[in-house]
This record gives sequence, C-alpha cells and structure tokens, in this order.
Amino acid sequence: MPFSNEEIQSYLVETFGIETFLSISKPFGMLTVEVAPKDLIALVGSLKNHPQFQFTFMTDLCGMHLPEQVGRELGVVYMLHSWSSNTKIRIKTFAPILAPVIPTLTVHYQAANWMERETYDFYGIIFEGHPNLVRILNLDEMDYFPMRKEYPLEDQTRKDKVDEMFGR
Amino acid sequence: MEQELIKTGFLPEPFPTDKEEFVNELTTLNLGPTHPATHGVFQNVLQMDGERIVSGISTLGYIHRAFEKIAEHRPFYQITPLTDRLNYCSSPINNMGWHMTVEKLLGITVPKRAQYIRVIAMELARIADHLVCNSILGVDSGAFSGFLYVFQEREKIYEIYEEICGSRLTTNMGRAGGMERDLSQIAIAKLRKFLIEFPPVMKEFEDLFNRNRIFMDRVIDVGPVSKEMAVDYGFTGPNLRAAGIDYDVRVMNPYSSYEDFQFDIPIGQNGDTYDRFMVRNEEIWQSLRIIQQALDNLPDGPFHADAPHYYLPEKQDVYTKMEALIFHFKIIMGEIDAPKGEVYHAVEGGNGELGFYLVSDGGRAPARLHFRRPCFIYYQAYAEMAKGMMLSDAILVLSSMNVIAGELDA
Repeated sequence: MPFSNEEIQSYLVETFGIETFLSISKPFGMLTVEVAPKDLIALVGSLKNHPQFQFTFMTDLCGMHLPEQVGRELGVVYMLHSWSSNTKIRIKTFAPILAPVIPTLTVHYQAANWMERETYDFYGIIFEGHPNLVRILNLDEMDYFPMRKEYPLEDQTRKDKVDEMFGR
Repeated sequence: MEQELIKTGFLPEPFPTDKEEFVNELTTLNLGPTHPATHGVFQNVLQMDGERIVSGISTLGYIHRAFEKIAEHRPFYQITPLTDRLNYCSSPINNMGWHMTVEKLLGITVPKRAQYIRVIAMELARIADHLVCNSILGVDSGAFSGFLYVFQEREKIYEIYEEICGSRLTTNMGRAGGMERDLSQIAIAKLRKFLIEFPPVMKEFEDLFNRNRIFMDRVIDVGPVSKEMAVDYGFTGPNLRAAGIDYDVRVMNPYSSYEDFQFDIPIGQNGDTYDRFMVRNEEIWQSLRIIQQALDNLPDGPFHADAPHYYLPEKQDVYTKMEALIFHFKIIMGEIDAPKGEVYHAVEGGNGELGFYLVSDGGRAPARLHFRRPCFIYYQAYAEMAKGMMLSDAILVLSSMNVIAGELDA
C-alpha cells in the first residue's frame, strides 16, 4: 500500500517522540532523519517490521567525516528501501571522533556486515556488536583510517607535484 | 576380486577412514587471488573436506584504488573516468549513472534525444555484460564454443561504443548535460546491423546451453538463493530476480526515459545457477527490444542540455567567442562550484543497483561520494552459499554471480 513521506514522518514522531530526531529534512524528495546512536536499532527495527512500511531492504550504508561538526564528527548514513511502496528513507547518526561507537545493524540486515566493515576500515567507526569487525579493503597492518579528512590525497613529501594554482 | 587387484598393486589401498588422525582432517585451499576461475583478483580461503567445502573466508581489496578518496579531490567531470573502472564490463552504465547524479544535483533536464542515446548505450552495455558473464559460465562448466561465438558479437558492441564516444572498454561516455556528440550515421548503421546480426548468434548460444543435458546437470539446483536470503544479503540485479523478486530500478524508479519503452522483467524461481543464467539470457532479449524501440523512435533535437556553466562549449565557439572561451577554461580547470545538497541516484547496472550517494558542500569537488557497488554487497553471501558445496560447483556459482573485481574493490 503506498504511503507518503509525511506518513512515515508522523509515525516516527508519534512512536519515538519529536525529541529523538535531531533533524528532519527532505533533500531531493528523500526523507532524511538524524538520530542519536542509542536510538538507531529500535528505529530501524520498527521501520523494518512495520506491517505497512516494510523497509526490508538495506540499499546503502556509508561513513562520513565532517570535521566542522565538533563533538559529532563521524557519521554513518543508512538508506533503507521499501519495495512494497517504493519509498526510501535516509537515516543519519553521528558520534564524536574520539569515541566513535555506533551499534551494528547486522542484527537487522546481513547486508550491513561488509558495509560496516568497509566503514570501519575507512573511518574507524566502531560498530558495537559486529560479528567480525576487521579491515576489508585495506591492509590489516594499516594504522590509520584513510578517508578521514585530515589525510591528504597525495603524498605531501613529494616535490614534483606541487600545484598551488589549482588547489589540489 | 578387488582384494586381489589391491594385492597386485593394480588398485590403490583404500583410504583408512577409521584411523583417528585421518578423521576430521581438513585441507586449506586458496582459491585465488590469481586463480583463473575467479575471473578477477580476489581470494577465497576454503576449508575442504575432500572435494567438499566446509567453510570459506573471502578476502578482497587486491585492486583497491581509493576511488572515493580520489573523488573528493577532483572536479565532477574528472570523476567519470573513475566510474569506468568500477564495473569495466559495462562502463557506459556507470558513466550515465554518474552524469545523471550530477544532473540531479545541478537541476539540469536532459533533452529526449540525449536520453534515448543514453538508453541505447546502456542497453548495449547490459548486453555486453551479460554476454561476458554467461559465456564465462559456459567456459567454467567446460563449454568453450559459446564463449567464442558471442565474443565476436561483443566486439561489434565495442565498435558501436567507438562510434558513439571514441573508446572501447573504459568509455568515459557522455557528459553531465547530455552526450558529447550526436549519434552519427555510421553509429546508427552499425546499430541496425547489430540488431539484425546478433539475434541469430544469441539464438545459437541459447541452443547450445539452455536445454543441454550436460550443462543442466551441472547448474540446476547449484547454489540456490531463497527470496528471504536474497533480500537480507542485499542482492540486486539478475541475481535477485533469479530468486523470484521483480525489483528492477529501470521500472521502479525510471530514469532517462525508461518509462517510454516496452519491456519485461524476467524472473527465476529458486535462484540457482541455472536461473541466474536464464534470467541474463532473457534480459539480453529485452535489451534488444529496448534498443530497437529507442532507435525507431529516436527524437530529433539537441543532444545536450543548454547548461553553459557545466557543459563544454563547441570547440569552434571556444576559438571565436569570448563567453565560450571563459566557460571552457572554467570547466576544464574545475573552477565551477556545484550547489550544496545531497542526492542519491541509482541505475540498473549490469549486475545490480548501482547507486551514487553524492554530498556536495558547495565546492568544486564532492564532499563525499559513495558508490553503492552491487557486487560488493551481494558477494558477502558467497562464503555462506559455498558451504557444503563441491569445489567445482562453487566455481560455477562464483561465475554465475557476476562478481567484477573492479567494482568489488573500488
């Protein structure tokens, strides 16, 4: 049965209370909500098991680093898809870079397993309860998280690639 | 009789299964990273009990090239060549998916003619992708001829790419705003020729495989995936449809005028290797239908949008007009800032939903770009599927899943 973004939004606000949602927006028509890490599991579980909404498919999961948000620099963006009505929802959650701990979603979706490993690999976000949180694409011996903004793209000691004019 | 043959040394001694040290003995087998049957650089460390797989661990990242990091430092038009190298069997789909993401962010509407040319290019890419996957599946099961027959046709697809954009494998086709050039008369002639010459070859390929007893015995009921498992593990594309779910991005969220075309979504029943093979074959026929319709109804008009800030001007104008020269310089140097926003756009790639999650902070390069790579997500089910399987079956399952190393590792 089709439903609109407003229906999901009012359901979420009714169930969890408006104070749970740190922000609600609709960029390019996709409902985007931000919640604290502690509310994530319950929120996703209720969306997945809801008889009408049925967000049974996890489309995407990725990390994000926003250095200007002091105290909540590292974030994870989840995208869920309800095939029964073709609606997507985006859920964001942020944690401080000094203790980036976010609960795992592998309890709801098997697909989250490798995507969370990838996010850990690149951003160092610890997914609490993940069955096998080890690096996936980078070397096991690597001692930093390369997608964080403080790491530049190219080797800064190289002298042959200084390109001040075009701001690399 | 048997005892006598063993005594004379004609038959080997039977394997002593009752001895303690031989019971529960497992062999570790490295399938990959350069095993010819993996068709790409990735590894599976398998625990084998004889010919049977007890458990497996997938290792990946051998050709990781940090595309997402590079993309944060490049203007938008320089990201297109990175997308080529994700699923390099169907580069045009990746290119178009990226252009459409950028257009969505910039709010550009692409003219109908460009959309139809894109559909033609994307469906050709889908045919090429499925041909590679299915014919390699044949090679892995011991049938080499089909592979040779269809690769001649794949070569013709690459010749059409050449006419459309000038290159063959890593195409870098199109631009944000449309195509870089119009569909030439030679390209149309080659397309028409392909539409006549390809179906008999495809028919022959299907005759070789579809009802072939040897092939059917090798692939039916091998590596079945239930609907629930497919959804849970994030399957998309032909692998999901083989499991019986009719999710196709082209139909559910039509992009680039897919709503104008008549085509069916083939689905399988129990998601085994045979179903995946058959779904891909049928999708090739549906792609041909789409190309035929797009070519017959190709609208007249411009092949790119009027977006001078983002779409490169004509070379002739760059030499003669001041505005064109300025725009040319600014675009090439990446001095055009994009608006702020976050946008997700998905296209139906050769092996599933290829998504681009783009966050722009108003600068020249994305603040964050995430590729939703379909085979990275569904390949995690492989170790689970391979459990209890014969090694030779596991290799067929791997080929039928169409895992492309470039996309897996990004």
